[in-house]
Amino acid sequence: MRSLRLAAGAATASMTLLFAVGVAIAAPTASVVIDNFSYSPMVLTVAAGSTVTWTNRDDIPHTVRAIDGSFHSPPLDTDDHYSFTFAKPGVYSYFCSIHPKMVAKVIVKAA
Amino acid sequence: MNKFDSDQTDRRGFLKCMTWAGTGLVWTVAGGVPLSLGLEAAAAGGGGAPFSFVQISDSHIGFAKPYNPDARTTYREAVAKIAAMPKKPDFIIHTGDVSQLSQDSQFDDADQIIRESGLTVFHVPGEHDVLDEGNGKAFLDRYGKGSKGGGWHSFDHAGVHFIALVNVLNLKAGGMGDLGPEQLAWLKDDLSARGSSTPIVVFTHIPLWAVYPDWGWGTDDAGQALTMLRRFGSVTVLNGHIHQVQQKVEGHVAFYTARSTAFPQASPGAPGQTPGPFAVPADKLGTYLGVREISFVARNHPLPVVDQTLAA
Repeated sequence: MRSLRLAAGAATASMTLLFAVGVAIAAPTASVVIDNFSYSPMVLTVAAGSTVTWTNRDDIPHTVRAIDGSFHSPPLDTDDHYSFTFAKPGVYSYFCSIHPKMVAKVIVKAA
Repeated sequence: MNKFDSDQTDRRGFLKCMTWAGTGLVWTVAGGVPLSLGLEAAAAGGGGAPFSFVQISDSHIGFAKPYNPDARTTYREAVAKIAAMPKKPDFIIHTGDVSQLSQDSQFDDADQIIRESGLTVFHVPGEHDVLDEGNGKAFLDRYGKGSKGGGWHSFDHAGVHFIALVNVLNLKAGGMGDLGPEQLAWLKDDLSARGSSTPIVVFTHIPLWAVYPDWGWGTDDAGQALTMLRRFGSVTVLNGHIHQVQQKVEGHVAFYTARSTAFPQASPGAPGQTPGPFAVPADKLGTYLGVREISFVARNHPLPVVDQTLAA
């Protein structure tokens, strides 16, 4: 999807290309994979405004729940995704409410 | 994988070896030393039991992965085992994880299957049963009639006091199972009227003893509950969660974890393993799954506990 958009931008006028790059900066994304009862990476640093997507690769359901309650996913079965957009800078520690030994965090820096 | 090293419970590795091989065992405890007898010997000597009940656990209805393509099939086999027991049990206790994802259709399927036993079933939730938006409301609406708080309750049967504890709610980051102050206060009150000679059976989902904390196989505030139980002469604690038979005795308190009817899990802390499903050859699956029968021989006497695999 993203590469398609960039290819389209490169093929058209430079104004459009700038616009496409602008969109990419305004809405950055990052991924966390859940595998073997752990989040990877365990510490993820992103810019404010980033959307983080968690994907469960385990054979057992997990969740993503902020300790401060600011976000929580429904149970994610194998290959299910959950996304959350971090608007404000801060350190967001989270855990799996089914297997609370699983803990990790997202560090959000000012954009 | 070597099942005879790696943690404190393996001091009784010889016992675990027998249980992993799928042998039905009767557990008795004499002076704190666990003894095991073969199933046949138990059957020969078990005629005097005034009553028995069955523990079933971790049915995970909705689980459908290569480890076990349909957890309903093995659950039905387990219920058939119960229905075929020579001495009819008085009731069943289900120690949680009825469902895989707390979905109504999964609870419906589970109910339909266990109804085939024709027996009353008492429930406590596992963490898989409280995944609905209401944090367990779906489970409580179905199984929690007459219970308190998150589903804890107690009842008496033939002079034995049964206590159902819930340790899967409001789990804290980095922690294990949790009973919480409200439930502990209720437990204190519930026990206050009981004489110390009353036999007590506690059932809950996550172990009340620290089987393997790194995998979350324990309950953070269990010590408070066990302190309250210490004055009683006979306390039997039954749980599920770890999908294998483990046992431990501390004073008058005997702890037993049960097999699942859905899929096995690795032995505690086994190298390279996680607390997730454990792959075994399809034709051996039945030796890793099972149900448990508990008989009462006499008041204040250790309770014979018989673990039976689906393959036995």
